[in-house]
Amino acid sequence: SIMGALTKLAHSAARTATRPAIRPASSAALQNDMQRFRSPLMSTDKALYARYGGRSTVTVLAGDGIGPEMLKHVTKIFQFANVPVDFEEVPLSSQPTAEEDLDQALTSIRRNGVALKGNIETKFDDPTFVSRNMALRRELDLYANVLHCHSIPTIPSRHKDIDMVVIRENTEGEYSGLEHQTVDGVVESLKVTTAENIDRIVRFAFDYAIKYGRKKVTAVHKANIQKLGDGLFLQMAGDLAKLYPNIEFDSMIVDNASMQLVKRPQQFDIMLMPNLYGNIISNIACGLVGGPGLVSGMNFGDTYAVFETGTRNTGSSLAGKDKANPTSFIRASVDMLRYLGYALHADIISDSLFRVLTEDRLHTPDIGGTNTTSQMIDAIFRHMEQEIKRQM
Amino acid sequence: MLTRHATRLTNGIRQASSDVRRVTLIPGDGIGPEISSAVVKIFEAAKAPIDWDPVDVTPVKGKDGKMRIPPRCIELMHQNKVGLKGPLATPIGKGHRSLNLAVRLEFDLYANVRPCRSLAGHKTLYDNVDVVTIRENTEGEYSGIEHEVSKGVMQSIKLITEKASRNIANYAFEYARSQGRKMVTAVHKANIMRMSDGLFLRMCREEAAKYPDIKFKEAYLDTVCLNMVQDPSQYDVLVMPNLYGDILSDLCAGLVGGLGVTPSGNIGKDAAVFESVHGTAPDIAGQDKANPTALLLSSVMMLRYMKLNDHARKIENACFEAISEGNCKTGDLGGTGTCTSFTNDIIARINNSD
Repeated sequence: SIMGALTKLAHSAARTATRPAIRPASSAALQNDMQRFRSPLMSTDKALYARYGGRSTVTVLAGDGIGPEMLKHVTKIFQFANVPVDFEEVPLSSQPTAEEDLDQALTSIRRNGVALKGNIETKFDDPTFVSRNMALRRELDLYANVLHCHSIPTIPSRHKDIDMVVIRENTEGEYSGLEHQTVDGVVESLKVTTAENIDRIVRFAFDYAIKYGRKKVTAVHKANIQKLGDGLFLQMAGDLAKLYPNIEFDSMIVDNASMQLVKRPQQFDIMLMPNLYGNIISNIACGLVGGPGLVSGMNFGDTYAVFETGTRNTGSSLAGKDKANPTSFIRASVDMLRYLGYALHADIISDSLFRVLTEDRLHTPDIGGTNTTSQMIDAIFRHMEQEIKRQM
Repeated sequence: MLTRHATRLTNGIRQASSDVRRVTLIPGDGIGPEISSAVVKIFEAAKAPIDWDPVDVTPVKGKDGKMRIPPRCIELMHQNKVGLKGPLATPIGKGHRSLNLAVRLEFDLYANVRPCRSLAGHKTLYDNVDVVTIRENTEGEYSGIEHEVSKGVMQSIKLITEKASRNIANYAFEYARSQGRKMVTAVHKANIMRMSDGLFLRMCREEAAKYPDIKFKEAYLDTVCLNMVQDPSQYDVLVMPNLYGDILSDLCAGLVGGLGVTPSGNIGKDAAVFESVHGTAPDIAGQDKANPTALLLSSVMMLRYMKLNDHARKIENACFEAISEGNCKTGDLGGTGTCTSFTNDIIARINNSD
């Protein structure tokens, strides 16, 4: 059957190292874009995987809103391509269930090393409810959040030729969750910045730059106002930059960076920043390339990795309507496959999705189209089938 | 006979506003002095009943050895209650308080208001922007409370108080009502900063209940950023704590053309300082290249604050026309003129409109 053919091919390719290349795009320019859409990514040597009998196990957390239906689509796509990945589904949503849910999720991810995740809504009006997204990141020490924001042909956007990577510190800063009421009506929220975490994220950014051939790292900060916290970040970034003389380094104050992004986003390559600014900048960047439905977000620690959508929305208003854009979620699953080392499967799914968007031009309402999620998924299947047949 | 009638009317108006108001003028650094004098000239041409008290805010050493704003400036501000300020230089990370921050704290200017509207004749990628960011101006992340807890561990404290949050929320709704705006959106990150932003949000909700004629919405900061760069027309008035306001107001300024064309006002209970928010641009200082639009539009905001609406309208219209029709505008607006030529163009239009 053609289902099993692809896995056989992946194995034989590893043995013989000769296989027909994946069908190129219809033009050289589009080929570049399709390549960029694949978002390069390699795992580190310290990464942990659960791989038994040639198959990987990953934890999946459906989350709230459109998470569950997106996960169903990804499951179907993986089954269609006979991806050798098994899902271990763990319930962790905003439903008020026991604290054990979080512990179970953590245990599962620690065992499997990798997770695919939808966003979990934080019901902040309930004072006992802690952000579970944040708890996961901190417990697993996923200190780097990476978003590859780039223009995609045919997607309507005011700006063109954007290709930047937002690298954001993911565990501390304003997200430390340390707050108290000093006296009635006076609340303090602590922003914690440590040299240790700054060191890690700065090195990560520069190592990333070298690995993927990027030219420049821009540190985004507010050191003129937060002289100690951001001052430390800026100083350490500058010092570490000297260890990477081939990578250009500059810095920009966060408000100016926001302004520059809407005026001329093409000037940015890698943007590196602490947690809160990362939240702002990554959302601006995603908005500039076309919206929350397009970009995926990777969360890396030294040992674990969690893949999700870039802007971390639950999309509750779109749930159940077959209208949500599956692109960011599918790309998250593709990132995960690449991380696990299944490059062929990753490329086929990524290229198929790219063709659906740019050649078939099937666009969901969030990017100005009238197509449904299902229409896009069916089209992805058609392209995948074509590619699999061609590879035989 | 019509002319005589008109003159009599003009005389009448002049008599009614013969109370000349004194305004403290802080020209600032870099291009500050040139754009300030441009504004002064334009006000003269418009016959605005304003007398200027220029001061220098370069900090002097106080008796306790700390650098402070000169006492004369403070006296004048307390007297005049209204100020117009050009750009001031802020040294980074040198351990002494930002001057801008000091001015705001001294006069308890708790609300920073920045209207961002697309300018006809100054085309950007966004042409349907009409938002007002109202930012809490005294506390939040800018409290300046920081310390090194242990080696390599820094702690910055974000302070949110019920009083300040209530004040800014109230101001936002009052502003919306008095300016005929339809909707106020509170911008927050209460999912992450539950107590602090939660308190801020609660105050906004309480104030919203008192203004049923104004629509009230809440939105996460990231969602607002995401939506703002895709479709700015969905937002009207935005109210938020200090840091978010700083970033969002600059973001909105970027949508309409940058800080060179954006006015800004800092309002307190009984004092107000209007300022241009761009930098001192030392590289073009003294070369007659500076664009006075931001400071001019801020001075127009000031006139409206002082209820001198006719003069405000006259100057504002002349400025907008000069940008959209004229070719004497400065380089950053796409023209080939100088600060002087642009100023003279505006003055000419004011004179013609009389």
